[in-house]
Amino acid sequence: MKNTLRQVFHSSKFLVGFIIFLLILLTMWVYPFLNPGNPLEMIGVGTFARPGTYFSLYDAVNTPAETLRLSDADDKRVAASMSMEDRVAMVEWFTLAEVDIEGLDINDTDALLDLWFANYDSSLKLKGMTNAKKNYYKRLDRSIREIRAADTFTLMHPDEDSGELVKRSDISKTDYINVGQVTNVKRLPLGTDNFGRDVLKELVSATGTSIVIGLIAGIVATFIGLSLGLLAGYVGGFLDDIIMFITNIFTVIPSFVLLILISYSIGQDQRGASVVAIVIGFTSWTWTARSVRSQVISLRNRDHVNLSKLSGHSLVRIILTDILPYIASYVVMAFILQVSSGILSEAQLSLLGLGPKTTEVPTLGLMMNWAMLYSAHTNGSWWAYFPVILTITFISFSLNLMNTGLDQVFNPTLRD
Amino acid sequence: MSETRERKDFSNGPLCLSGRGVTKVFGIGDRKTVAVDHVDFDFHEGEFVSIVGESGSGKTTLSKLLLGLMNPTEGEILFEGKPRDISSGSKKREYWKGIQAIFQDPFSSYNVFHKIDSVLLDCINMRGGRNLSKEKKIELMTEACSFVNLKFAELTNKYPFELSGGQMQRLMIARIFLLKPRILLADEPTSMVDACSRATILDMLLDLRDETGMTIIFITHDIGLAYYISDTVYIMEHGRFVESGKADEVILNPQAAYTKRLISDVPKIHEEWDLSTVDLLSKEE
Ligand SMILES: Nc1ncnc2c1ncn2[C@@H]1O[C@H](COP(=O)(O)OP(=O)(O)OP(=O)(O)O)[C@@H](O)[C@H]1O
Ligand SMILES: [Mg+2]
Repeated sequence: MKNTLRQVFHSSKFLVGFIIFLLILLTMWVYPFLNPGNPLEMIGVGTFARPGTYFSLYDAVNTPAETLRLSDADDKRVAASMSMEDRVAMVEWFTLAEVDIEGLDINDTDALLDLWFANYDSSLKLKGMTNAKKNYYKRLDRSIREIRAADTFTLMHPDEDSGELVKRSDISKTDYINVGQVTNVKRLPLGTDNFGRDVLKELVSATGTSIVIGLIAGIVATFIGLSLGLLAGYVGGFLDDIIMFITNIFTVIPSFVLLILISYSIGQDQRGASVVAIVIGFTSWTWTARSVRSQVISLRNRDHVNLSKLSGHSLVRIILTDILPYIASYVVMAFILQVSSGILSEAQLSLLGLGPKTTEVPTLGLMMNWAMLYSAHTNGSWWAYFPVILTITFISFSLNLMNTGLDQVFNPTLRD
Repeated sequence: MSETRERKDFSNGPLCLSGRGVTKVFGIGDRKTVAVDHVDFDFHEGEFVSIVGESGSGKTTLSKLLLGLMNPTEGEILFEGKPRDISSGSKKREYWKGIQAIFQDPFSSYNVFHKIDSVLLDCINMRGGRNLSKEKKIELMTEACSFVNLKFAELTNKYPFELSGGQMQRLMIARIFLLKPRILLADEPTSMVDACSRATILDMLLDLRDETGMTIIFITHDIGLAYYISDTVYIMEHGRFVESGKADEVILNPQAAYTKRLISDVPKIHEEWDLSTVDLLSKEE
């Protein structure tokens, strides 16, 4: 036993998979301490806030400012305020006005602006220029000039008694505050989702739920498959026929169809995460049953089993001591694969809207479902679904890696 | 080896196991193998029976049939003169109470997850020795091992795969000395044991037979060995018994051509090796 374990951990594949899986588990355990609270709390009002660090503007205004004179601050500000659309429009104007733009780089804000201020004339009549276009260019010109002007913002707040606006302070372009001094800062490394929920927090919680779902599904499937496989294989005869008949029925009907039908008939209200897990386990045991059965059949005529029979041992004892230990490693491997496929099944089921009910806990599948429903993939909110896909990939990668490692240890023909 | 072992006559004694037209067919259609083909036999209580035959002649299959681990395709096996009924699990267990076996392949006879001690302890428990003191159990195990030229102290706490094939076989025989069954089916039990130990072990087995009246069905391909130890010999060829009878009569005065061939194939140490064919072959090259 000890020897086998040592051998298992000698397998680099198993070890890598095990470490990845352990890291995932560790994150799940540690992260809630760093960022406690309900993972489904809607902290944002808008949808799909970008990943990043958010600090309270209100608190920022009240934070004492330092003056920093940075020479490139103005240029940066202007550059950032000019979108690519604006730049293209400017180049278009130059072409219409027949300005020489040889060697102009559209990303070179300085050169672009120099040329603009030297040539732009709102009164110029250009061929093919609609009124709307003309007004657009006027607005563009004004906004660029405003940003360049050495302006300050004036901060006002309403007087408590009269309600009149009273000036409080000026905010100049050279005012800087230290982010560390702002009272309220919120880091959202993966932004928020469509409901304004912290994606990272949700993801950590969802990973935990999904792994539990996978484990429950794996335990259910392995338990059913192992019991039926052992009975069918060892007892044989009529019992074998009945069990194989049931197994064949379950095999012929694609388990995913069965899964969909059962999930649908249970109804959204009854579908807690554990119910879904049990349903998944209940539809995926056939494969384990079949392979356990064939392994047992090859074992049941071995002489050590015969010797045990002659010694008058009971059926249960023979199965538990003379058969089960021989297929234990195999069962462990099958279990790992069942866990992995259970997690994937939950994701598929949830993607179809047939997963666990949405109000209690997030799961990886539900997160995908939400991202899809609110078209995160079309509006460029990658953070709402990509990390989820990555997590699913890592979990099944690590589990499958462990499985391959075990296979190499237990199946000497694969050893190199 | 003493050639003067006294052989008793069992032919009128009480019957132990008999067979009438016992047949076992494996597979169907083109892949059909008739492993045991309509054999009749009468094994008596306390008799030492040898079944001798070439590889593939159906000896192991017959022993599995006798043990009730396989059902015959055709024919009837009688136990103590009455038709044997092992149709249910409890009847099987009842039948197995007095019967033990040594299987041909020692490597697959052990549960690799159990230590050797537990193999022997199991035997003591089966004989109702569960409540004996630890010292007494060790004494019994040591004694059983000594019968087969093994030292228990060297084997304790080891796993079966840490033993040599011969050691495994001898340990299987040691079980018999602890169990003292009424019937023993031994399928080439000493094939991996050195000739010197083999003689001692078989003599011990014969002593056990004399002491307890155990019936021994001994399977071997070595007709010389069968002659040395058995009371009765059955010669098996392609699933059939071609000849049977008292060991002296069959081997000293064989009737079937197959038996004669088996006897002539026994290597004789003092005969000169005939190397003429080898010379011929090397000259041709
Ligand atoms: N489980 C089985 N399925 C199909 N054929 C079998 C099976 N067991 C044995 N046979 C066939 O039955 C025949 C007799 O086999 P058996 O094992 O009884 O021979 P044996 O006399 O014990 O030979 P050996 O001396 O080599 O042990 C062989 O031709 C073998 O191929
Ligand atoms: Mg054999």
